[in-house]
Amino acid sequence: MAADPDSRPPHWSLAGLVAGARLAAPIMPGMVAFGTTFGTVAAQKGLTLTEATLMSLLMFAGASQFVAVEMWTDSLTLAGVATIGLVTATVNMRFILMTAALRPWLGGLPAWQSYPALFVVTDPGWLVAMRYRSAGGADASILVGGGIVLWMIWVASTVPGYLLGALLTDPKRLGLDLVLPCFFMVMLVPMWRGIRRAIPWVIAGAIALVVAELVPGWWFIIAGAIAGSIIGGLLDERD
Amino acid sequence: MSATEPLALGLVTILVMAATNYLMRAGGFWLMAHVPLTVRVRRMLAALPGSIVAATVLPIVAKSGPAAFVALAATAAVMVVARNEFLAVVAGVLAAALMRSAGI
Repeated sequence: MAADPDSRPPHWSLAGLVAGARLAAPIMPGMVAFGTTFGTVAAQKGLTLTEATLMSLLMFAGASQFVAVEMWTDSLTLAGVATIGLVTATVNMRFILMTAALRPWLGGLPAWQSYPALFVVTDPGWLVAMRYRSAGGADASILVGGGIVLWMIWVASTVPGYLLGALLTDPKRLGLDLVLPCFFMVMLVPMWRGIRRAIPWVIAGAIALVVAELVPGWWFIIAGAIAGSIIGGLLDERD
Repeated sequence: MSATEPLALGLVTILVMAATNYLMRAGGFWLMAHVPLTVRVRRMLAALPGSIVAATVLPIVAKSGPAAFVALAATAAVMVVARNEFLAVVAGVLAAALMRSAGI
């Protein structure tokens, strides 16, 4: 077994930025497809190109951007703005859990370095970085290098998607609505460490299924993840 | 405030959402500075990535039907055999597109 990764101090390196970008390469085609689709949907819902691009630039969170665009109307009211803000929070509440998991790694960095770095955290970028971390790595540049490249791709792909809006009329027919779930599945395979370590995942999935049936919105992700995490904390290590 | 300023309110909405997202991103990291990192907490954090994946994917599959299930099965199979992330995603999306063009 590798040395406890938590004992290694975090650091930065130029080579790590490049390596992080390279590790994120498999995600890029999906990111382009996703970002283009977002641009297309935004165009169809009546957002301006500036609004769509600003969303990608400042929010950098696909799921919440899609939901926000779904809720977008020509006559936004202040109450509507508050509602959209609240929905954004529930969709992305998983970020709280994700960056919590970064604390043992990035906690050793000064705050002025770690807090800006958190801006580029996305699901795929974070998963890639966590995989690197669980293999014993400590270079924080992996997370940031991958994150910055994905961010640029995300913003850059929004624009042609918006402009070519009419071409991708039915992303579902091309299976593009499943890019994110497929990508998640890809990340799950190397995380496999035997059936015992997978027990929390099974619990998480089961709870999420039940909550998705009973509660509207995106709470199922939060409920399932917390349940899986608690189970993981209760199981004792045998290896 | 009247509703005749769609541009300004649109911008406000985007800024509100952006701020919310950053608070979420910084929040978990900040919170863990105030929670002692015991062995149990570390184990809980270690179980998180897989749990988030499972909790996100399963309900989507349940809602999207057989095409999604086949897509994920194809993705997992290609990933296990070839260990190539891009190929695996392409296989999954292709499988879904084929299923849907067949009307399933």
